[in-house]
Amino acid sequence: MIDVSGLRKVYQDRGREVVAVDGVDLHVREGEIYGVLGQSGAGKSTLLRCVNLLERPTSGTVSVAGQELTSLAERDLRKARQRIGMIHQHFALLSSRTVAGNVAFPLEVMGTAKAERARRTAELLELVGLADKAGAYPAQLSGGQKQRVGIARALAGSPPVLLSDEATSALDPGTTQSILALLKSLNRELGLTILLITHEMHVVKSICDSVAVMRDGLVEESGTIPELISRPGSRLAAELFPLPEPEPGNVTITFTGQAGEPVVSQVVRKFDVDVNILGGALEEVAGVSTGRLRLLVTGDERAAALSYLAERGLLVEEAR
Amino acid sequence: MTWDEMFPMLLESTGQTAEMVLWSTLFTVLLGLPLGVALVATDRGGLFPSAVLNRVLGLVVNLGRSLPFIILMIAVIPFTRLIVGTTIGTIAAVVPLTLGAAPFFARLVETALREVGRDKVQAAQAMGAGRATIVGKVLLPEAMPGLIAGLTVTVVALISYSAMAGAIGGGGLGDLAIRYGYQRFETTLMIVTVVVLVAVVQLVQSLGDTVARRLARD
Repeated sequence: MIDVSGLRKVYQDRGREVVAVDGVDLHVREGEIYGVLGQSGAGKSTLLRCVNLLERPTSGTVSVAGQELTSLAERDLRKARQRIGMIHQHFALLSSRTVAGNVAFPLEVMGTAKAERARRTAELLELVGLADKAGAYPAQLSGGQKQRVGIARALAGSPPVLLSDEATSALDPGTTQSILALLKSLNRELGLTILLITHEMHVVKSICDSVAVMRDGLVEESGTIPELISRPGSRLAAELFPLPEPEPGNVTITFTGQAGEPVVSQVVRKFDVDVNILGGALEEVAGVSTGRLRLLVTGDERAAALSYLAERGLLVEEAR
Repeated sequence: MTWDEMFPMLLESTGQTAEMVLWSTLFTVLLGLPLGVALVATDRGGLFPSAVLNRVLGLVVNLGRSLPFIILMIAVIPFTRLIVGTTIGTIAAVVPLTLGAAPFFARLVETALREVGRDKVQAAQAMGAGRATIVGKVLLPEAMPGLIAGLTVTVVALISYSAMAGAIGGGGLGDLAIRYGYQRFETTLMIVTVVVLVAVVQLVQSLGDTVARRLARD
Protein backbone atom coordinates (compact mmCIF):
# COMPACT_ATOMS: atom_id res chain seq x y z
CA MET A 1 0.00 0.00 0.00
CA ILE A 2 2.89 2.31 0.80
CA ASP A 3 6.22 1.70 -0.88
CA VAL A 4 9.21 3.82 -0.09
CA SER A 5 12.48 2.94 -1.73
CA GLY A 6 15.93 4.39 -1.48
CA LEU A 7 14.59 7.49 0.23
CA ARG A 8 17.15 10.12 1.14
CA LYS A 9 16.53 13.58 2.49
CA VAL A 10 19.39 16.00 2.86
CA TYR A 11 18.91 19.48 4.30
CA GLN A 12 21.09 22.49 3.77
CA ASP A 13 21.66 24.15 7.09
CA ARG A 14 23.87 27.25 6.85
CA GLY A 15 25.88 25.71 4.05
CA ARG A 16 26.27 22.46 5.99
CA GLU A 17 24.62 19.27 4.80
CA VAL A 18 22.41 17.44 7.27
CA VAL A 19 21.31 13.95 6.29
CA ALA A 20 17.92 13.39 7.93
CA VAL A 21 16.98 10.20 6.10
CA ASP A 22 19.81 8.17 4.65
CA GLY A 23 18.40 5.62 2.23
CA VAL A 24 15.30 4.03 3.65
CA ASP A 25 13.09 1.30 2.18
CA LEU A 26 9.66 0.76 3.65
CA HIS A 27 6.92 -1.59 2.53
CA VAL A 28 3.60 -1.20 4.23
CA ARG A 29 1.08 -3.88 3.32
CA GLU A 30 -2.57 -3.13 2.78
CA GLY A 31 -4.60 -3.21 5.98
CA GLU A 32 -1.71 -3.27 8.43
CA ILE A 33 -0.59 -0.87 11.11
CA TYR A 34 3.05 -0.11 10.54
CA GLY A 35 5.03 1.69 13.19
CA VAL A 36 8.27 3.57 12.75
CA LEU A 37 9.96 3.71 16.10
CA GLY A 38 12.84 5.98 16.96
CA GLN A 39 14.16 8.69 19.22
CA SER A 40 13.70 12.32 18.24
CA GLY A 41 16.25 13.21 15.60
CA ALA A 42 16.22 9.69 14.16
CA GLY A 43 14.62 11.02 10.98
CA LYS A 44 11.25 9.33 11.37
CA SER A 45 9.30 12.57 11.21
CA THR A 46 11.08 13.59 8.01
CA LEU A 47 10.43 10.12 6.62
CA LEU A 48 6.71 10.42 7.31
CA ARG A 49 6.52 13.87 5.78
CA CYS A 50 8.24 12.52 2.70
CA VAL A 51 5.47 9.96 2.28
CA ASN A 52 2.89 12.62 1.37
CA LEU A 53 5.62 14.85 0.01
CA LEU A 54 5.21 17.64 2.56
CA GLU A 55 8.97 17.34 2.24
CA ARG A 56 10.34 16.51 -1.16
CA PRO A 57 12.88 13.69 -0.94
CA THR A 58 16.38 14.44 -2.18
CA SER A 59 16.31 11.06 -3.92
CA GLY A 60 14.26 7.89 -3.89
CA THR A 61 10.65 7.16 -4.71
CA VAL A 62 7.40 7.03 -2.80
CA SER A 63 4.29 5.19 -3.97
CA VAL A 64 0.97 5.19 -2.18
CA ALA A 65 -1.91 2.95 -3.31
CA GLY A 66 -0.05 2.13 -6.49
CA GLN A 67 0.53 5.74 -7.48
CA GLU A 68 4.06 7.06 -7.58
CA LEU A 69 3.86 10.42 -5.84
CA THR A 70 7.40 11.56 -6.47
CA SER A 71 6.77 11.93 -10.19
CA LEU A 72 3.49 13.84 -9.92
CA ALA A 73 3.04 17.48 -10.87
CA GLU A 74 1.79 19.90 -8.19
CA ARG A 75 -1.86 19.67 -9.25
CA ASP A 76 -1.98 15.87 -9.36
CA LEU A 77 -0.06 15.67 -6.11
CA ARG A 78 -2.77 17.77 -4.41
CA LYS A 79 -5.37 15.33 -5.73
CA ALA A 80 -3.34 12.37 -4.49
CA ARG A 81 -2.95 13.93 -1.03
CA GLN A 82 -6.72 14.02 -0.69
CA ARG A 83 -6.52 10.23 -0.61
CA ILE A 84 -3.96 10.19 2.21
CA GLY A 85 -5.22 11.13 5.66
CA MET A 86 -2.85 12.62 8.22
CA ILE A 87 -3.06 13.27 11.93
CA HIS A 88 -0.68 15.44 13.89
CA GLN A 89 0.98 15.54 17.29
CA HIS A 90 -0.53 18.90 18.18
CA PHE A 91 -3.77 18.20 16.32
CA ALA A 92 -3.39 21.21 13.96
CA LEU A 93 -7.07 22.07 14.16
CA LEU A 94 -8.32 25.45 12.99
CA SER A 95 -9.26 27.36 16.12
CA SER A 96 -11.57 29.70 14.22
CA ARG A 97 -13.77 26.83 13.08
CA THR A 98 -16.13 24.62 15.03
CA VAL A 99 -15.55 20.89 15.30
CA ALA A 100 -17.93 20.32 12.39
CA GLY A 101 -16.22 23.11 10.44
CA ASN A 102 -12.84 21.47 10.94
CA VAL A 103 -14.08 18.09 9.74
CA ALA A 104 -15.77 19.74 6.76
CA PHE A 105 -12.60 21.59 5.73
CA PRO A 106 -10.98 18.79 3.68
CA LEU A 107 -14.36 18.23 2.03
CA GLU A 108 -14.40 21.91 1.03
CA VAL A 109 -10.91 21.45 -0.39
CA MET A 110 -12.19 18.49 -2.42
CA GLY A 111 -15.13 20.52 -3.67
CA THR A 112 -17.83 18.38 -2.04
CA ALA A 113 -21.34 19.89 -2.26
CA LYS A 114 -22.67 21.54 0.88
CA ALA A 115 -25.45 19.04 1.69
CA GLU A 116 -23.08 16.11 1.21
CA ARG A 117 -20.49 17.85 3.42
CA ALA A 118 -22.99 18.17 6.25
CA ARG A 119 -24.04 14.55 5.92
CA ARG A 120 -20.47 13.24 5.81
CA THR A 121 -19.37 15.47 8.69
CA ALA A 122 -22.15 14.15 10.92
CA GLU A 123 -21.25 10.59 9.95
CA LEU A 124 -17.56 11.12 10.77
CA LEU A 125 -18.26 12.74 14.12
CA GLU A 126 -20.48 9.78 14.94
CA LEU A 127 -17.63 7.45 13.98
CA VAL A 128 -15.18 9.07 16.42
CA GLY A 129 -17.80 9.50 19.14
CA LEU A 130 -18.08 13.28 19.07
CA ALA A 131 -21.53 13.77 17.56
CA ASP A 132 -22.53 15.98 20.50
CA LYS A 133 -19.55 18.33 20.03
CA ALA A 134 -20.25 19.43 16.45
CA GLY A 135 -20.82 23.05 17.44
CA ALA A 136 -17.96 23.33 19.94
CA TYR A 137 -14.68 25.10 19.21
CA PRO A 138 -11.38 23.21 19.55
CA ALA A 139 -10.40 25.32 22.56
CA GLN A 140 -13.36 23.86 24.45
CA LEU A 141 -12.18 20.27 23.93
CA SER A 142 -9.75 18.03 25.80
CA GLY A 143 -6.62 16.75 24.08
CA GLY A 144 -8.15 13.38 23.36
CA GLN A 145 -11.26 14.97 21.88
CA LYS A 146 -9.10 17.22 19.72
CA GLN A 147 -7.28 14.21 18.34
CA ARG A 148 -10.61 12.54 17.62
CA VAL A 149 -11.58 15.59 15.59
CA GLY A 150 -8.19 15.30 13.86
CA ILE A 151 -8.93 11.67 13.03
CA ALA A 152 -12.44 12.48 11.75
CA ARG A 153 -10.95 15.23 9.60
CA ALA A 154 -8.26 12.93 8.25
CA LEU A 155 -10.87 10.36 7.23
CA ALA A 156 -13.19 12.84 5.53
CA GLY A 157 -12.24 11.81 2.03
CA SER A 158 -12.38 8.07 2.91
CA PRO A 159 -8.66 7.64 2.29
CA PRO A 160 -7.25 4.10 2.24
CA VAL A 161 -4.17 5.31 4.09
CA LEU A 162 -3.65 7.25 7.31
CA LEU A 163 -0.35 8.82 8.35
CA SER A 164 0.06 9.47 12.04
CA ASP A 165 2.74 11.90 13.20
CA GLU A 166 3.24 11.17 16.91
CA ALA A 167 -0.54 11.39 17.31
CA THR A 168 -0.55 10.37 20.96
CA SER A 169 2.65 12.01 22.19
CA ALA A 170 0.86 15.04 23.59
CA LEU A 171 -1.76 12.97 25.40
CA ASP A 172 -1.88 11.44 28.86
CA PRO A 173 -1.63 7.63 29.18
CA GLY A 174 -5.36 6.96 29.54
CA THR A 175 -6.26 9.14 26.57
CA THR A 176 -3.41 7.65 24.54
CA GLN A 177 -4.93 4.23 25.10
CA SER A 178 -8.38 5.32 23.92
CA ILE A 179 -6.96 6.96 20.79
CA LEU A 180 -4.90 3.85 20.02
CA ALA A 181 -8.03 1.72 20.48
CA LEU A 182 -9.88 4.00 18.04
CA LEU A 183 -7.09 3.68 15.47
CA LYS A 184 -7.07 -0.07 15.86
CA SER A 185 -10.83 -0.31 15.36
CA LEU A 186 -10.67 1.94 12.28
CA ASN A 187 -7.94 -0.32 10.97
CA ARG A 188 -10.10 -3.40 11.50
CA GLU A 189 -13.46 -2.03 10.46
CA LEU A 190 -12.51 0.16 7.51
CA GLY A 191 -9.44 -1.81 6.46
CA LEU A 192 -7.50 1.42 6.91
CA THR A 193 -3.75 1.09 6.39
CA ILE A 194 -1.92 3.12 9.04
CA LEU A 195 1.67 4.29 8.98
CA LEU A 196 2.56 5.84 12.28
CA ILE A 197 5.70 7.26 13.77
CA THR A 198 6.32 7.26 17.48
CA HIS A 199 9.05 7.30 20.07
CA GLU A 200 6.96 5.21 22.44
CA MET A 201 7.53 1.47 22.48
CA HIS A 202 4.16 1.27 24.15
CA VAL A 203 2.37 2.43 20.98
CA VAL A 204 4.15 -0.18 18.88
CA LYS A 205 3.33 -2.86 21.41
CA SER A 206 -0.36 -1.92 21.57
CA ILE A 207 -1.40 -1.67 17.95
CA CYS A 208 1.36 -2.27 15.40
CA ASP A 209 1.53 -5.31 13.16
CA SER A 210 4.92 -4.36 11.75
CA VAL A 211 7.63 -2.03 12.85
CA ALA A 212 10.77 -0.37 11.59
CA VAL A 213 13.29 0.81 14.14
CA MET A 214 15.05 3.96 13.02
CA ARG A 215 18.30 5.49 14.18
CA ASP A 216 20.41 8.23 12.61
CA GLY A 217 18.37 8.31 9.43
CA LEU A 218 18.60 4.56 8.87
CA VAL A 219 16.26 1.65 9.47
CA GLU A 220 18.05 -0.67 11.85
CA GLU A 221 15.58 -3.50 11.70
CA SER A 222 12.14 -3.97 10.24
CA GLY A 223 9.51 -6.62 9.79
CA THR A 224 6.42 -7.98 11.44
CA ILE A 225 6.61 -7.89 15.19
CA PRO A 226 6.67 -11.67 15.77
CA GLU A 227 9.40 -11.88 13.11
CA LEU A 228 11.49 -9.23 14.77
CA ILE A 229 11.11 -10.55 18.26
CA SER A 230 12.25 -14.00 17.25
CA ARG A 231 15.24 -12.65 15.31
CA PRO A 232 18.54 -13.18 17.13
CA GLY A 233 20.06 -10.04 18.58
CA SER A 234 16.95 -7.94 17.91
CA ARG A 235 17.16 -4.57 19.61
CA LEU A 236 13.37 -4.36 19.56
CA ALA A 237 13.08 -7.60 21.51
CA ALA A 238 15.66 -6.40 24.01
CA GLU A 239 13.77 -3.14 24.50
CA LEU A 240 10.37 -4.78 24.72
CA PHE A 241 11.51 -7.34 27.25
CA PRO A 242 14.25 -5.80 29.28
CA LEU A 243 16.24 -8.53 31.02
CA PRO A 244 19.41 -8.15 33.06
CA GLU A 245 22.78 -8.52 31.31
CA PRO A 246 23.29 -12.23 30.71
CA GLU A 247 26.08 -14.11 32.48
CA PRO A 248 28.16 -16.43 30.29
CA GLY A 249 26.28 -19.69 29.83
CA ASN A 250 22.88 -18.15 30.39
CA VAL A 251 20.21 -19.04 27.88
CA THR A 252 17.53 -16.60 26.67
CA ILE A 253 14.46 -18.08 25.05
CA THR A 254 11.98 -15.96 23.15
CA PHE A 255 8.54 -17.26 22.37
CA THR A 256 5.75 -15.80 20.30
CA GLY A 257 2.39 -17.44 20.59
CA GLN A 258 3.65 -20.62 22.21
CA ALA A 259 3.00 -19.31 25.69
CA GLY A 260 0.21 -21.85 26.03
CA GLU A 261 2.68 -24.73 25.88
CA PRO A 262 4.46 -25.70 29.04
CA VAL A 263 7.84 -25.95 27.29
CA VAL A 264 10.00 -25.47 30.34
CA SER A 265 8.41 -28.26 32.34
CA GLN A 266 8.48 -30.52 29.26
CA VAL A 267 12.22 -29.94 28.93
CA VAL A 268 12.82 -30.78 32.55
CA ARG A 269 10.76 -33.95 32.29
CA LYS A 270 12.24 -35.15 29.02
CA PHE A 271 15.89 -34.41 29.63
CA ASP A 272 18.24 -34.79 32.50
CA VAL A 273 18.60 -31.07 33.19
CA ASP A 274 17.85 -28.53 35.86
CA VAL A 275 16.30 -25.26 34.81
CA ASN A 276 16.54 -22.14 36.91
CA ILE A 277 14.54 -19.09 35.78
CA LEU A 278 16.65 -15.96 36.24
CA GLY A 279 14.30 -13.43 34.76
CA GLY A 280 11.46 -13.03 32.35
CA ALA A 281 8.93 -10.81 30.74
CA LEU A 282 5.63 -11.59 29.09
CA GLU A 283 3.67 -9.14 26.98
CA GLU A 284 0.72 -9.07 24.66
CA VAL A 285 2.27 -7.78 21.43
CA ALA A 286 0.22 -7.31 18.29
CA GLY A 287 -2.45 -9.49 19.86
CA VAL A 288 -0.03 -12.36 20.42
CA SER A 289 1.28 -13.26 23.81
CA THR A 290 5.00 -13.00 23.55
CA GLY A 291 7.80 -13.26 26.04
CA ARG A 292 11.41 -13.80 26.89
CA LEU A 293 12.86 -15.93 29.64
CA ARG A 294 16.42 -15.89 30.92
CA LEU A 295 17.32 -19.42 32.03
CA LEU A 296 20.20 -21.19 33.65
CA VAL A 297 20.20 -24.72 32.26
CA THR A 298 22.54 -27.28 33.82
CA GLY A 299 22.89 -31.04 33.48
CA ASP A 300 24.24 -33.74 31.18
CA GLU A 301 21.63 -33.35 28.46
CA ARG A 302 21.87 -29.56 28.27
CA ALA A 303 22.69 -29.45 24.54
CA ALA A 304 19.87 -31.81 23.67
CA ALA A 305 17.45 -29.81 25.79
CA LEU A 306 18.37 -26.58 24.03
CA SER A 307 17.97 -28.05 20.57
CA TYR A 308 14.60 -29.45 21.64
CA LEU A 309 13.51 -25.91 22.54
CA ALA A 310 14.73 -24.59 19.20
CA GLU A 311 12.79 -27.34 17.42
CA ARG A 312 9.64 -26.21 19.17
CA GLY A 313 9.97 -22.88 17.34
CA LEU A 314 11.48 -20.88 20.17
CA LEU A 315 14.40 -18.58 19.67
CA VAL A 316 17.24 -19.85 21.82
CA GLU A 317 20.19 -17.57 22.44
CA GLU A 318 23.20 -18.56 24.50
CA ALA A 319 25.31 -15.90 26.12
CA ARG A 320 29.05 -16.42 25.82
CA MET B 1 -16.32 81.69 21.22
CA THR B 2 -19.76 80.42 22.22
CA TRP B 3 -20.91 76.84 22.08
CA ASP B 4 -23.37 77.74 19.31
CA GLU B 5 -20.50 79.03 17.22
CA MET B 6 -18.27 76.06 17.96
CA PHE B 7 -20.78 73.29 17.41
CA PRO B 8 -21.26 73.55 13.62
CA MET B 9 -17.49 73.82 13.14
CA LEU B 10 -16.87 70.80 15.30
CA LEU B 11 -19.51 68.83 13.48
CA GLU B 12 -18.07 69.70 10.09
CA SER B 13 -14.51 68.92 11.16
CA THR B 14 -15.47 65.64 12.76
CA GLY B 15 -17.23 64.72 9.53
CA GLN B 16 -14.11 65.55 7.53
CA THR B 17 -11.92 63.52 9.85
CA ALA B 18 -14.32 60.61 9.60
CA GLU B 19 -14.32 60.90 5.81
CA MET B 20 -10.52 60.92 5.63
CA VAL B 21 -10.11 58.08 8.09
CA LEU B 22 -12.81 55.84 6.59
CA TRP B 23 -11.61 56.15 3.02
CA SER B 24 -7.98 55.80 3.90
CA THR B 25 -8.76 52.80 6.11
CA LEU B 26 -10.48 51.14 3.18
CA PHE B 27 -7.55 51.75 0.84
CA THR B 28 -5.03 50.86 3.54
CA VAL B 29 -6.66 47.45 3.93
CA LEU B 30 -6.89 46.96 0.16
CA LEU B 31 -3.19 47.75 -0.19
CA GLY B 32 -1.73 46.60 3.12
CA LEU B 33 -3.46 43.23 3.46
CA PRO B 34 -2.16 41.74 0.20
CA LEU B 35 1.23 43.31 0.94
CA GLY B 36 1.33 41.65 4.37
CA VAL B 37 0.26 38.31 2.90
CA ALA B 38 2.94 38.68 0.24
CA LEU B 39 5.58 39.41 2.89
CA VAL B 40 4.76 36.14 4.65
CA ALA B 41 4.24 34.07 1.50
CA THR B 42 7.51 35.06 -0.15
CA ASP B 43 9.56 34.42 2.96
CA ARG B 44 11.80 31.37 3.27
CA GLY B 45 9.65 28.32 3.89
CA GLY B 46 6.53 30.27 2.92
CA LEU B 47 3.85 29.35 0.41
CA PHE B 48 5.61 31.09 -2.43
CA PRO B 49 9.22 31.50 -1.37
CA SER B 50 11.16 34.13 -3.29
CA ALA B 51 14.14 35.75 -1.62
CA VAL B 52 14.30 38.58 -4.19
CA LEU B 53 10.62 39.48 -4.03
CA ASN B 54 10.69 39.29 -0.24
CA ARG B 55 13.70 41.63 -0.10
CA VAL B 56 12.06 44.12 -2.49
CA LEU B 57 8.74 44.11 -0.64
CA GLY B 58 10.50 44.52 2.68
CA LEU B 59 12.43 47.46 1.30
CA VAL B 60 9.28 49.17 -0.02
CA VAL B 61 7.50 48.67 3.28
CA ASN B 62 10.43 49.98 5.30
CA LEU B 63 10.77 52.99 3.00
CA GLY B 64 7.12 53.86 3.58
CA ARG B 65 7.51 53.42 7.30
CA SER B 66 10.75 55.31 7.78
CA LEU B 67 9.44 58.62 6.43
CA PRO B 68 7.80 60.85 9.04
CA PHE B 69 4.22 61.31 7.91
CA ILE B 70 4.43 65.07 7.56
CA ILE B 71 7.38 64.67 5.14
CA LEU B 72 5.72 61.80 3.24
CA MET B 73 2.62 63.91 2.82
CA ILE B 74 4.55 66.66 1.08
CA ALA B 75 6.78 64.26 -0.85
CA VAL B 76 3.84 62.54 -2.52
CA ILE B 77 2.09 65.74 -3.60
CA PRO B 78 2.81 65.12 -7.32
CA PHE B 79 1.48 61.59 -6.99
CA THR B 80 -1.65 62.85 -5.24
CA ARG B 81 -2.26 65.35 -8.03
CA LEU B 82 -1.89 62.52 -10.55
CA ILE B 83 -4.47 60.37 -8.83
CA VAL B 84 -7.16 62.76 -7.60
CA GLY B 85 -6.39 65.79 -9.73
CA THR B 86 -5.91 68.10 -6.74
CA THR B 87 -3.72 68.28 -3.67
CA ILE B 88 -6.09 70.20 -1.46
CA GLY B 89 -9.09 68.89 0.41
CA THR B 90 -10.25 65.89 2.32
CA ILE B 91 -10.17 63.42 -0.57
CA ALA B 92 -6.67 64.56 -1.58
CA ALA B 93 -5.51 63.76 1.95
CA VAL B 94 -6.63 60.14 1.53
CA VAL B 95 -3.70 59.46 -0.81
CA PRO B 96 -0.83 60.29 1.58
CA LEU B 97 -2.80 58.81 4.49
CA THR B 98 -3.11 55.51 2.65
CA LEU B 99 0.52 55.54 1.56
CA GLY B 100 1.58 56.27 5.13
CA ALA B 101 -0.63 53.66 6.79
CA ALA B 102 -0.50 50.78 4.30
CA PRO B 103 3.13 49.75 4.99
CA PHE B 104 2.46 50.07 8.71
CA PHE B 105 -0.61 47.86 8.42
CA ALA B 106 1.26 45.42 6.15
CA ARG B 107 3.80 44.81 8.95
CA LEU B 108 1.01 44.22 11.45
CA VAL B 109 -0.64 41.80 9.01
CA GLU B 110 2.69 40.03 8.62
CA THR B 111 3.05 39.66 12.39
CA ALA B 112 -0.52 38.40 12.78
CA LEU B 113 -0.11 35.82 10.00
CA ARG B 114 3.16 34.55 11.48
CA GLU B 115 1.28 33.77 14.67
CA VAL B 116 -0.69 31.09 12.81
CA GLY B 117 0.94 27.77 13.61
CA ARG B 118 2.97 26.17 10.84
CA ASP B 119 1.32 22.85 11.60
CA LYS B 120 -2.07 24.26 10.55
CA VAL B 121 -0.68 25.28 7.19
CA GLN B 122 0.96 21.89 6.77
CA ALA B 123 -2.20 20.08 7.78
CA ALA B 124 -4.01 21.95 5.00
CA GLN B 125 -1.24 21.08 2.55
CA ALA B 126 -1.51 17.46 3.58
CA MET B 127 -5.21 17.62 2.70
CA GLY B 128 -4.30 18.75 -0.76
CA ALA B 129 -5.25 22.40 -0.32
CA GLY B 130 -3.74 24.86 -2.78
CA ARG B 131 -2.09 28.16 -1.91
CA ALA B 132 -5.17 30.33 -2.42
CA THR B 133 -7.23 28.03 -0.19
CA ILE B 134 -4.54 28.11 2.49
CA VAL B 135 -4.43 31.91 2.49
CA GLY B 136 -8.21 32.33 2.31
CA LYS B 137 -9.34 29.51 4.56
CA VAL B 138 -6.47 28.96 6.98
CA LEU B 139 -4.13 31.95 7.33
CA LEU B 140 -6.61 34.83 7.22
CA PRO B 141 -9.42 33.28 9.34
CA GLU B 142 -6.95 31.94 11.92
CA ALA B 143 -5.19 35.31 12.15
CA MET B 144 -8.46 37.29 12.24
CA PRO B 145 -8.26 38.40 15.90
CA GLY B 146 -4.69 39.63 15.29
CA LEU B 147 -5.70 41.28 12.03
CA ILE B 148 -8.55 43.14 13.74
CA ALA B 149 -6.21 44.25 16.53
CA GLY B 150 -3.74 45.46 13.86
CA LEU B 151 -6.49 47.25 12.01
CA THR B 152 -7.56 49.00 15.21
CA VAL B 153 -4.03 50.27 15.82
CA THR B 154 -3.89 51.39 12.19
CA VAL B 155 -7.19 53.31 12.40
CA VAL B 156 -5.97 55.07 15.54
CA ALA B 157 -2.75 55.95 13.73
CA LEU B 158 -4.80 57.21 10.79
CA ILE B 159 -6.82 59.47 13.08
CA SER B 160 -3.57 60.93 14.33
CA TYR B 161 -2.15 61.24 10.78
CA SER B 162 -5.37 62.86 9.62
CA ALA B 163 -4.78 65.69 12.08
CA MET B 164 -1.52 66.40 10.26
CA ALA B 165 -3.30 66.22 6.92
CA GLY B 166 -4.96 69.45 7.97
CA ALA B 167 -1.62 71.07 7.23
CA ILE B 168 -2.13 70.52 3.50
CA GLY B 169 -5.72 71.63 3.51
CA GLY B 170 -7.29 68.32 4.39
CA GLY B 171 -9.54 69.87 7.00
CA GLY B 172 -10.73 67.84 9.95
CA LEU B 173 -10.34 68.10 13.69
CA GLY B 174 -6.58 68.61 13.60
CA ASP B 175 -6.96 71.49 11.20
CA LEU B 176 -9.61 73.04 13.45
CA ALA B 177 -7.37 72.72 16.50
CA ILE B 178 -4.43 74.33 14.71
CA ARG B 179 -6.32 77.21 13.09
CA TYR B 180 -8.54 78.16 16.03
CA GLY B 181 -7.00 76.62 19.07
CA TYR B 182 -3.36 77.37 18.28
CA GLN B 183 -3.33 80.31 15.92
CA ARG B 184 -6.29 82.21 17.47
CA PHE B 185 -5.82 81.22 21.10
CA GLU B 186 -9.33 79.72 21.35
CA THR B 187 -8.43 77.54 24.30
CA THR B 188 -11.97 76.25 24.84
CA LEU B 189 -12.18 75.01 21.26
CA MET B 190 -8.75 73.43 21.62
CA ILE B 191 -9.89 71.54 24.70
CA VAL B 192 -13.16 70.45 23.07
CA THR B 193 -11.28 69.21 20.00
CA VAL B 194 -8.92 67.22 22.17
CA VAL B 195 -11.87 65.72 24.05
CA VAL B 196 -13.58 64.73 20.80
CA LEU B 197 -10.37 63.14 19.50
CA VAL B 198 -9.79 61.23 22.71
CA ALA B 199 -13.40 60.02 22.65
CA VAL B 200 -13.16 58.90 19.02
CA VAL B 201 -9.89 57.01 19.61
CA GLN B 202 -11.32 55.42 22.74
CA LEU B 203 -14.41 54.34 20.81
CA VAL B 204 -12.40 52.86 17.93
CA GLN B 205 -10.09 51.01 20.31
CA SER B 206 -12.82 49.43 22.41
CA LEU B 207 -14.80 48.51 19.30
CA GLY B 208 -11.70 46.82 17.88
CA ASP B 209 -10.98 45.06 21.17
CA THR B 210 -14.51 43.74 21.40
CA VAL B 211 -14.53 42.39 17.85
CA ALA B 212 -11.09 40.82 18.28
CA ARG B 213 -12.15 39.17 21.52
CA ARG B 214 -15.35 37.84 19.96
CA LEU B 215 -13.35 36.29 17.13
CA ALA B 216 -10.68 34.74 19.34
CA ARG B 217 -11.74 31.17 20.03
CA ASP B 218 -8.77 30.09 22.08
